[in-house]
Amino acid sequence: MKYLTYFLIIFLFWLVLTFELSTANLIVGCAAAFVATLFFGKYFVNNVKKFYQPHRYFWLLVYLFIFIWECIKANLDVAYRVLHPALLIKPGIVKVKLDITSKFGRVILANSITMTPGTITVDIIDDYIYIHWIYVHSTDPEIYSRKISGRFEKYIKRIFE
Amino acid sequence: MSSIIGIVLLSTGFIFNLIGCIGLIRFPDVYNRLQAATKCVTLGTCSILLSLVFFFGISEIGIKAIVAISLLFLSAMVGAHALSRGTYIFGVGLGGKSVIDDYKDQVEKEDTKEQ
Repeated sequence: MKYLTYFLIIFLFWLVLTFELSTANLIVGCAAAFVATLFFGKYFVNNVKKFYQPHRYFWLLVYLFIFIWECIKANLDVAYRVLHPALLIKPGIVKVKLDITSKFGRVILANSITMTPGTITVDIIDDYIYIHWIYVHSTDPEIYSRKISGRFEKYIKRIFE
Repeated sequence: MSSIIGIVLLSTGFIFNLIGCIGLIRFPDVYNRLQAATKCVTLGTCSILLSLVFFFGISEIGIKAIVAISLLFLSAMVGAHALSRGTYIFGVGLGGKSVIDDYKDQVEKEDTKEQ
């Protein structure tokens, strides 16, 4: 089951990448996906049932729109700080507690945090995520946790858990 | 119409790439520079690739541009994370303007564990 899902994903990716529906291309794609599955299939996520539950894809779509909006906001924010004559920065590394338990969800959350206004994920150790923040608004953990990860956490929970 | 949208996206892409490069020079330390490099340059390049979709429509080139956007996003995020973590563990601390550093204790703890 795990290997089959992996095979299908790789094959789909091949089709999108080559964008051609001839017999020769399909055969080559099958062979390439098979070899890739043989070598890397064992590293794939264990809980593949989640790939076949449609409501997760709906939340993924909602999440994608929110993510793109946040990403554009992030860019305008950083561009403003770059061009401001006084260089408006007050950097620091803060630590935020994670509520998400699945590994894949954590990776996605870390990546989303990197693309949102003024934050870069530096490391995840145990249940804490370390974030470099370009402008530390307050030093109170409650406020900044909500500000940094609160936006995404509820959607990622719905998608991956 | 679609070529006008394409031109607008292309020019925003150039402007954001330029701002990213200015930020790379103006910011004081590694971590702030990474912020400029990941955010502005990634969105700038994505916008240039997206303009290709508007110039050529959903054809072979357009689809490939969309795939390239997703790959670029993933690699930029992972690259920023790896670079910032690597520099911190190597010993380059935060710049002089910094106000808070929670990561320091953790890294020191890991160091003593290894020794």
